[in-house]
Amino acid sequence: MADVETIAHDVLVIGAGGAGLRAAIAAAGRGVSVGMVCKSLLGKAHTVMAEGGIAAALGNVDDRDSWKVHFADTMRGGQYLNNWRMAELHAKEAPDRVRELEAWGALFDRTRDGRILQRNFGGHKYPRLAHVGDRTGLEMIRTLQDHGIHAGIDVHMECTVITLLKDGDRVAGALVYDRERGRFHVFRAKAVVLATGGIGRAYRITSNSWEYTGDGHALAYRAGAVLQDMEFVQFHPTGMVWPPSVRGILVTEGVRGEGGVLKNRDGRRFMFDDVPENYRNQTATDPDEGWRYTQGDKSARRPPELLTRDHVARCIVREVREGRGSPHGGVYLDIAWIRERLPNAADHIRKKLPSMYHQFKQLADIDITREPMEVGPTTHYIMGGIRVDGDSQMSTVPGLFAAGECAAGLHGANRLGGNSLSDLLVFGKRAGDHAADFASQHGAVTVDPCAVDAAARWALEPFARTDGEGPFAIQHALQETMQDLVGIVRREEEMQRALVALGALQARAARVAVDGNREYNPGWHTALDLHNLLTVAEAITRSAIDRRESRGGHFRDDHPAKDPAAGGYNTVVRRGPDGAMQLAREAIPPVPAELRAVLTEMG
Amino acid sequence: MGETQSSATFRVWRGDATGGGFCDYRTAVAPGMVVLDAIHQIQAEQANDLAVRWNCKAGKCGSCSAEVAGKPRLMCMTRLSELALEAPVTVEPMRAFPLVKDLVTDVSWNFRAKRTITPFTPRRPDAPDGTWRMQQADVDRVQEFRKCIECFLCQDVCHVLREHHLEEQFIGPRHFVYTAALEMHPLDVADRVPALKRSNGIGFCNITKCCTKVCPESITITDNAIIPLKERVVDEFYDPVGRLVKLFSRRQRP
Repeated sequence: MADVETIAHDVLVIGAGGAGLRAAIAAAGRGVSVGMVCKSLLGKAHTVMAEGGIAAALGNVDDRDSWKVHFADTMRGGQYLNNWRMAELHAKEAPDRVRELEAWGALFDRTRDGRILQRNFGGHKYPRLAHVGDRTGLEMIRTLQDHGIHAGIDVHMECTVITLLKDGDRVAGALVYDRERGRFHVFRAKAVVLATGGIGRAYRITSNSWEYTGDGHALAYRAGAVLQDMEFVQFHPTGMVWPPSVRGILVTEGVRGEGGVLKNRDGRRFMFDDVPENYRNQTATDPDEGWRYTQGDKSARRPPELLTRDHVARCIVREVREGRGSPHGGVYLDIAWIRERLPNAADHIRKKLPSMYHQFKQLADIDITREPMEVGPTTHYIMGGIRVDGDSQMSTVPGLFAAGECAAGLHGANRLGGNSLSDLLVFGKRAGDHAADFASQHGAVTVDPCAVDAAARWALEPFARTDGEGPFAIQHALQETMQDLVGIVRREEEMQRALVALGALQARAARVAVDGNREYNPGWHTALDLHNLLTVAEAITRSAIDRRESRGGHFRDDHPAKDPAAGGYNTVVRRGPDGAMQLAREAIPPVPAELRAVLTEMG
Repeated sequence: MGETQSSATFRVWRGDATGGGFCDYRTAVAPGMVVLDAIHQIQAEQANDLAVRWNCKAGKCGSCSAEVAGKPRLMCMTRLSELALEAPVTVEPMRAFPLVKDLVTDVSWNFRAKRTITPFTPRRPDAPDGTWRMQQADVDRVQEFRKCIECFLCQDVCHVLREHHLEEQFIGPRHFVYTAALEMHPLDVADRVPALKRSNGIGFCNITKCCTKVCPESITITDNAIIPLKERVVDEFYDPVGRLVKLFSRRQRP
C-alpha cells in the first residue's frame, strides 16, 4: 500500500508493561536500535495494577530463603507442569533484577536495618515479596519507564498490532495502526519481542482492562508459533463484587498477607476446612498460628488463606454455591479484625494497604479498617501462552520472542502471587538480550507488500459493511460464553457448547460493522480485538476439554481428581495447514538430577 | 440522591481539533456507577465511536482524566451519587491539552517534558554487594511523590499551562513532583536546582494550589513538592550569604 509508512528497527518490542519495558531496555543496552509500540500511553499497562509485590529470594527478612526454596515453591504451585528451566532461572535471577530496580530509583519499603522489606504471600514459604505498600506495580513500571526514556528506545504510544509480518520462516516485523489517526505503519524488524500481557477480556468478570484481548497469543499463533497450557487461567480469589460497576477489580493478596482472613456468612473461617494434602505440613492448624505467621513468627506456619490462588478461589465458589456466601454473592475478607491484636490497627492498615483503603472507601463506601470487604473470584491471569525456549525466550518462530504473561512455562498450572512481576523482569531482560543478539547475528529482512496490503484491507472491512452487527454486542456475548461455560469449574458438556457458541461468534465477528471514521474509534478497535479474543477463547476451550483432570487453575467437575499421567505433558495448540486449530500433548522433558535433588531437599 | 434515579443525561463533548459541540445522551443508572461506566454504556449502546481513554478503572493508571461537571476528575473514581443528576452532567476533555477526539486529548507534551529532567543518579552503593541502606522514614517522604499516577489533572488545572500555555518554559506541577521525588531521593546526588530556576520555570508558579486540590492521589503537591523546591532555588540563587559560602566551597559531587 502506497500510503503505509515503514519504520525500521533491529528489535521491535510489542507492549510496554514490565516485560516490554525491561526487554526494550535490555535490547537497547546491547547497542541495537529498538522500537516499542504500546496499545495505551506509556506507564499505563497492567503492570501498574500489580499490588502485592515482586517475589525474589533476597532473604532480607528470613535468611532461610534461597533460590532453591523459591524454585521449589514455584514448581509446587505450578503442579510441576512448569518449564523447570524457566523456574530455575527465575528463582536464581530475580534478586538481581530487584536490586537493579533499586539502582534505577525504585524505593521499596525497608527493613529495620535499611534493606528491602519482604512480605508473605500465598504459596511462598518465606516472606519474599519486595513491595511498596500495595502499589508495587506502579513503582515498578514508573521506575522502568523513567529509566527507559533515557535508554534510546523509540516509543510509539497508542499503537496496536494488526498482524505480524514474516520473511520466509523468520519474523520480519508488524503491521500496526495508531489509534489517534487510524493510520497504518509497517515496522520492519529483525527480531520481535511480544510482551502483550493477558486475555482477561475474554471473560465477563475480570481484573483486566480493555487492552487484554490476547493480542500477543493470537498474533504469534497466526504467525505459526505454538501456544501451550492455554487451559490454565488464573481466577484470582479476591475481586470486588459490589457495587456491580466495580465487579472484578482486584483486591490484593497482600490483604491476606497482612493478616486478613476469609469468612463465610456464618463467620466461619472456611479455609481451615479444606487444606490440600501437599500443603498440609506447611499450613497452620489454628487461627493463632496463622496470625503469628503473618507477624513474622518463624516457628509458625502460614494461614490457609495464603494457600495457592486456584485453591482459595475454588473454596470461595464452594461457599457461595452451598449458600454460605455474602449478600452479593461473594465471601467476606476481613482485615479490620486485627484491631483485636494490634494497637493502632486502623493506622497500620492504612499504611500497609493504602490503595485498598482508598479503593473501597471511594468505590464501595466501605471502611476496611472497620468493616469486612465482600470479595469473589475474578479472571486475572493466564499461565498459558506462547511456547518459548527457557533460556532465550524465543518462540517456535525464528526471531519471534515472548516475555511476561503472553509467554508460557514459568508458572505451569498455577502462578504464585508475586511471581509475575519477577517474571516480567527476569524474562523481559532475557528476551531483550536474546532478541538483540538474534538481530545482530542475522541479516536484513524483507517485508512482503502483498501481506501488508491484505492485512490492511482486512482491517478496514468493518467500515465497508453497512448491514453488519456492532462489535460490542459480540464481545459481550463472547465474555458471557467464556464466563458461564469455561470458567472456574468446568464440565465437558458445557465446554462443547462453548465451542459451538464460539463458532457462531466467529461467524458474527466476520460480519462486524463499525460506524464513524478511522480516528480514535473504539468501535473499530474493539472489532479488530475480537479476532484475537476469539482465537484465545478457542485455544482455552479446546485445551480445557482435552485435559481430563483437575490441576492448578484448571478444575473439571467431571474429572475432579488429579491424574498423575496428565502431569507429564503440556497441552499445545498450533494452527494447522488448513487454518484449523490443532491440539497435541507434548511430554515435559525430565527434570535434571540436580534440580530433582533440590525439589527433594525442599520437600 | 442520584442512585435512586433510573436514568440520567450526560452532556458529552464530541468533536476533534477542527471543532465540535456537546451531545446529550440519556442512559440507565445503577447503584455504585461511576462516570466512566456511563460513558462506556453510551459508547456500547449509542455511540460506538465515542473516543475515551481508560485502562484500569480503579484509579491506578491515570488514563481517564476529564472534566466532569466542570471539575477535573478521573472518570473511574467519580461516582454518580456525588453528582446532581437532575440536570445533564457535562463530561468534557481536559482543556489544557490539544484535543484529539471527543474526550481524548494529546498529552504527549508531558512525556517530552519529563525527558528533559536529569534522571535518577544514585550515590555509590553502601554495601560491598552493590546495595544501599535506607531507613523507612527517609523513603516515606519520597513515596508520597511516587504515588503519582500521571493523570495530568494537575497540569490541566494549572493556569500557567491552561491559560498561558507556557509549555516551552514551564514543566508543570506533575514534573515538579517528579523533580521533588528525585531531589529528595535518599540516594540521588544530581543537582536539578539550576534547571528548576531556568528551563523548568518554577518561578511561574504562584502557589494557588489548584494542582493540589485536584490530585486524585492526594499528593500535597504545592506544600510538599513545589514550595521546598522553590526554597532550594532561593537558597541557591538569592541568598547572599549562601552565595559567598559557595564561592569558597564546592558542592560535593559524586
